Formats: sequence, C-alpha cells, structure tokens
Amino acid sequence: MRPGVILSWALIVLVALWALVPGVFTGYDPISGVPAEKLRAPGPGHLFGTDAVGRDLFARVVHGAVHSLSGAFVAVAVGLVLGTLLGLVAGSVRGALDEIVMRVVDVLLSVPGLLLALTVIILLGPGTVNVAVAVGVGSVAAFARLARSEVVRVRRTDYVEAAFGSGGRFAAVLWRHVLPNSLVPVVALAALQFGVAILAISTLGFLGYGAEPPTPEWGLLISEGRNYLATAWWLTTLPGTVVVAVVLAASRISRSIGREDG
Amino acid sequence: MSLLEVRDLTVSYARRGRWGRPHARPAVHGVSFTVEPGEVVAVVGESGSGKTTTAQAVIGLLPPNGRLDGGEILLGGADIAGWSQRRLQTVRGAQIGLVPQDPANSLNPVKPVGVQIGEALRIHRRGDRRTITRRVVELLERVGLPDPEVRARQYPHELSGGMRQRVLIAVAVALEPRLVIADEPTSALDVTVQRRILDLIDDLRAESGTAVLLVTHDLGVAMDRSDRLVVMKDGRIEERGATRAVLDAPQAAYTARLLRDAPALRAPELLFAPTSATAETSATAETSATAETARDARTPRAVPVSTRASGVEDGPREAAVVVRDLVKEYRAGGRPFRAVDGVSFEVPRGTTHALVGESGSGKTTTARMVMRLAEPTSGSVAIGGVETAGLRGARLRALRRDVQLVYQNPYGSLDPRQSIADIVEEPLRNFGLGDRPARRERVRDLLDRVALPAALLGRRPRELSGGQRQRVAIARALVPGPRVVVLDEAVSALDVSVQAQILDLLGELQRDLGLTYLFISHDLAVVRQISHTVSVMSKGRIVESGTTRQLFESPGHAYTRALLAAVPGTTARTTRAGQVTRAEQARQEVTR
Repeated sequence: MRPGVILSWALIVLVALWALVPGVFTGYDPISGVPAEKLRAPGPGHLFGTDAVGRDLFARVVHGAVHSLSGAFVAVAVGLVLGTLLGLVAGSVRGALDEIVMRVVDVLLSVPGLLLALTVIILLGPGTVNVAVAVGVGSVAAFARLARSEVVRVRRTDYVEAAFGSGGRFAAVLWRHVLPNSLVPVVALAALQFGVAILAISTLGFLGYGAEPPTPEWGLLISEGRNYLATAWWLTTLPGTVVVAVVLAASRISRSIGREDG
Repeated sequence: MSLLEVRDLTVSYARRGRWGRPHARPAVHGVSFTVEPGEVVAVVGESGSGKTTTAQAVIGLLPPNGRLDGGEILLGGADIAGWSQRRLQTVRGAQIGLVPQDPANSLNPVKPVGVQIGEALRIHRRGDRRTITRRVVELLERVGLPDPEVRARQYPHELSGGMRQRVLIAVAVALEPRLVIADEPTSALDVTVQRRILDLIDDLRAESGTAVLLVTHDLGVAMDRSDRLVVMKDGRIEERGATRAVLDAPQAAYTARLLRDAPALRAPELLFAPTSATAETSATAETSATAETARDARTPRAVPVSTRASGVEDGPREAAVVVRDLVKEYRAGGRPFRAVDGVSFEVPRGTTHALVGESGSGKTTTARMVMRLAEPTSGSVAIGGVETAGLRGARLRALRRDVQLVYQNPYGSLDPRQSIADIVEEPLRNFGLGDRPARRERVRDLLDRVALPAALLGRRPRELSGGQRQRVAIARALVPGPRVVVLDEAVSALDVSVQAQILDLLGELQRDLGLTYLFISHDLAVVRQISHTVSVMSKGRIVESGTTRQLFESPGHAYTRALLAAVPGTTARTTRAGQVTRAEQARQEVTR
C-alpha cells in the first residue's frame, strides 16, 4: 500500500474511534460550557479553542463524529443497497424493465444531488435520520447506473454462461457469480460516496435541516461559528478542516480500491 | 557483416512487490543471434519464453517497466542498445520495420488507413503531400489490396483482418527498411488468410532483399518460412541453427519435444501414409492395442498420432447427437443473414465429431444451438434421442446434465472469485447431487482424473497456468456425468506442449468414460488427431463431411483442399529438401 492510503485509513480509523469512544479522546463536556473560558484561542488547554459559551471545540468535534459518521453510513447504505439492487435487476433482466429503470435514473441524475436531498427532506421533515436517508436517496441513481453497467459486462462473460450451462438457476447465478464480480467498482463508489455524504450532511446541517442545536454535528458547528468569523477563526476553520480531511481520505481510499482490483 | 547482431542481450521487467517495493524479474538472459541480409530468421518459443521481449528490445520498444540490462544490438555494425528514444526514431521505420501481432488493435480507428501509411513517410520527410499520396497507393497495391485508391480512404473497421494485416505490412515496408520484425504476424488470422499473408511477406523479401525477424509460437510457420531458427525457452536460447538441420536433427531436448508436440508437423507424413492407424470403425484390435501403448509409455511419437481418438467397435452405433437442418438467422440492418444454413450431422456415441471452419463459418453458433445456449431459427437437435427444442425449466436443466461445454478461453470461463473446489463443485450444487461430503469427494476424484494435484483445490484461477485452468474447465464439464461434451476451440488458446497434454487427456477420458465429443476447431492438425468424423463448414453450410481419413487423404471439396494446403508445416518437408535456401536466393538478387 502507498503511504497516502495508509494515512487515509489511519484518519478514518481515528474518526471512527471518536464516534465509538469519544470519552477516550477528550474529558470536556460537549454540551455544557464554562462561561468563564469563552472564545479561547486554540492552545494546550483547549486544542481547538472554545466557543461563545465556553464549550471545548475539540470535544464538540469528537462527540459530533458519531452524528456525521452514522449519518454518512446510513446514506451510503441506502444508496448502495437500493442502487445495486436496481442495477442488478435492470442489468440482468434487460428488456422493458431495464429501459424504465434507467430512464428514471436519467431523470434523477439530471437533478443536482443537494436539491434532490432537500426535496426529500421537505417530504420527510428535518432530523438527523431523515437527512441521512435523503442524501442516500440522492445517490441511488449513481449506484444503479454503475452497478447496471458492471452487471451487463459480467453477464456476458463465459463463466456466467457456463454457470447457466451447468444447470444454474437464474437467482443462484446472479448471487454467486454476477453480484460478486460486479461489486468492486460499486464498493469503490461507496467509499467515495461516504466522503460526499459527510459533505452533504454537513451542508444540510449548515443550512439548518439536520440536527437541532446544541447537538455537536459538524455542519452545525461550522454554521454556528460563522457569526464569529472575524474574531474567532477557529470556530469555522478547524471543524471545516476535519470535514475536508475525512472527505479527502475517503476519496483516496476509493481510488485505491478501484486500482487494486481493476 | 551481419545486418543485425544481438550479443548477450539481457532484459528484465520491474514489478511492484507486495508493499510497493520494486523488484526486477529477468525476462531474457544472454541471448545472441544474427540476421544476415535477405534472410528470414524465426524466433520460436511458447508463451513466456521471451521471444517478443527480444524483438521489442531490438527495435527499442520495450514496455515502460522493461529495462535493457546488458548486451549489444548491432544494426549494420552500430550498437543501438544505448541509444535514446529520439535517436532510435531515426532507425525505426527507416531501417527496421515492425509488423505487429494484432491487426484489430494496431491501427488507429479514427483515421483512414492511407493516412496511417503516409504517416511513416511524413515523419521521415519523404516527399511532399502529392508524392506521399501516390506512394501510399503504390504500397497498397504492392501488398496486394485491390482498388488501392479506394482502400486508402477507408477506415480500419471497413477492412477484414487479413486486409488490415496487409495495411500494417505496407506501413512496415513503406520506407524500404533492411529488416522487418514480424511479431506473430498471423496468429490472429484464419489459416487460409495466414498463408496468403506469409506468402506476401516472402514475396516482399524476395523482391527487395529485406531480412525478416519472424517471431512466432507456431513451429509449422517457422519451418515453412524461415532459413534459420532460434528456439527460446524461459528467456534463454535452447537451440539455433539452419531450419532444415534443426528440423531433421534437433539438438536440444526441448526442441525435440516441441517438434513432437506440434500437431501440424506430423500431418505431412500422415497425409501420404494411409497405413497409419487413423481411428476407424474397423480397426478395433489395432487401436485398442495402440491405446494400451499410449497409456503405458505416454510418448506420443512412439505410437500413431490418432490414438487420441479412441477405438470404435464394429457395427452401427446409436447416435448420441443428431442435428437436422439447423438454421440460425440474424437480422442485420433489416436484411436476414443466415449464420448457420441447413446444417445436419450425426455423432455416434463414444466418438468425436469435429466441426472445422474459419472464423465466421458458423461452427460456434452451431455448437451453441446444440447446447441450447442459442435458439435455432429452425431445424432440430436431439441429444440421446431427446429433442431439445422447446425444453424449459426442469427438463432443460436435465438436458444440461447430459451436455456440457468447454470454452476456448480458460481465462474467461472460470469465475475469478471462486476457488477451484467451488468451480468444479458448482454443477453438483446446481443439480442438487449428493450431500456436501459426497460432492467434495467427487470433486477430488475429478481433479485427480484430469491430473491436477489436490493442493490446487483452495486456489483461485489466476494462480493457475493456462493448461491447468483448461483442466479445471474440463473437470467442471465432467462433474455432473455428461454423455456429450462440446469442446469449443478448447485447445486453441494453449501452447503446443500443453495442447498435446490436453488432447491426450481428452482421448483418455473418452476411452474410459465413453464420452461423445463435438469438437469445434479451426485447426485441422488438431482435428486430425482427435476426431473420428469431420464436417467442414464454410459460410454457414457444411461443404464436406466424412471420416477423418477420407477427408484428409482424399478431400473432395475445393475449400477442404485449400484448408489442408494452408496448414503451416505442410510445405516444410515436401518442398524444401535439396533447394537453395531462401537467403542464398535473396543474396544473389541483392548482389546482382
């Protein structure tokens, strides 16, 4: 593995640990602050500084990881499962069904993802889970398109024909041969989509559709810091940097998956 | 002075190891040979022998990870081994021409072929636009393309494989180089086309005294067309010398083995030796005796070739496969096109029937219809007395137990994500035969049957060689206990020595299990060894059929005769003895 990939995995593992055991990384309470220590610049006591009500920003970022990551997981899971399923069915059955599914996908792909997510949120109402589902639905089309193209390719290979030729039933052959051999690029897309989902969830949090304050969600943190941009740069910059780093790491990992098996 | 002299050439490839550390893998070690003006030198070897790497090194076109570690490449006395790419550009095309292997991918699809031939002239600044255009037409005419003005404006996809290879030859000889490197120039072509292309290379050489370095895996081609031979194995030269001498008395054991395994080279004797035991309905005693010998000694040279086709008892046998008036029609741009046009044949149980033809003859489509992997437009197929038309669901699956297919390409027919054990077990799981331990037992048996060690059970296909993979594919076909096996070019992708082993295995399996084979092939030499009866197909129709002996000894149809004459190696032994070598002829022409 290349050093960049190792670094990316290390970062993702670190952030995942933040989400699982935040107490190990910070002793501060992310919700209730100490008013006397408000708006401190980053330093030895407070690694990322403190906000307007004296809450430790690093603690809020660490505790916020669980919201952003779980949201991204739900979003990717929704997109991956629904998208792959649609692509698998469309690509292996072909015919009219394929046409219908792919034309719907065309329509979905022509709408910007964020707009699509906003539309879904308006239908479902705001909230952490709803935002995640909305972002996931926005990525179904991309997954479906990619999965279908792979399925169509694998479906034509000799080994799939050989499996039918040796008495394989349709569903069994799809499950045993077509799905596993179509999955590598789809998994690479899922890794990429993980970063994109964190970004989208943060964006929606920033716009106020996601978690309610005082939940330390990453997008919300950046949004709250906006008012202090002139006086306390760290309130927007540092959570923003964390988001950017995680998204870049996810994208780097995605590329490495594509390369190793492709 | 030699035109080309290669001394102690050593080439290695850099590979990225497990943790990204590069390590060098040697591909060619200390290879030396010479090419004299006007001479054809053939570099022969199996895949991985380093023959193509050697040719690439000579013309300075190694892949990016290839490195010239040592040695000299003297072109007309000047060592070009250390030259920069820029300096080599003055040599390429002008002094050394290259005919690449794959005519399908070697031409730019978005440019007319005339422009691509003209490119060589333009780069080396040979005249203005008008003279170049005129020269291109001349070249196209010279390589034997009709209507050269029209061809020059056509795109590669409008030309057939043979025509494209002619265009590539025109590119290679455009600047009248002294040496042409032809890297497997005809491997992707049908035999009759192959023959015409090789004739063309010969003619060009004779006319202009160009030397040819012919890289080929086909010993038959090398025998027919070369003056001298360089035999390579694992990056080293096993043997080199005058072609005739090597052919008559090979010094290296490896060369002897190649000669023994190359199917084409045995054909000439058999063609005129009616006493050799071609498998026949009457020769029961003889064939069973030779079969014994084959099993004991396993030295194919000691026994007649056709022992691979098992003996057949007297009297009429029931037909395992009956095909009647099979038609497959496709619609191409509104017009119906018959890929298979009224094909009928019968295969008696326990025998091998070969469908022979060139690409596009409809032989594979026929095989797929026999398998019911394609639906016939009309006609009928009966397997073991059961009509296959209209079978669905469970009854179709029952048919699949009886008929199995082995594909041409063992790299594409095995799921790369499954282990060997899973691959071979799959038909048993599909048909619900036996419980898990019983299935595993049967898989082990079959792996043993096809002579693969049980250690391979847990491996993935990519860890196996081509021959091993084809054995796995055969095991998978045999595991449900079929009565008919369709072999679609099943040995075409393999090296000759591996091919010989697989053919031996197929013959053995047929004798022991009483299998019926439908053998699809373009290679007459292979067909001759394995089949009892043959049908020759051309343009969707069977033009001739009969027993193997009839067909090979007294072919009735002109097309069959053309096919037989085109088999490489057939002319090697009959015409060359006592003749002046081609190099001598050419040298005389040059000095004249």
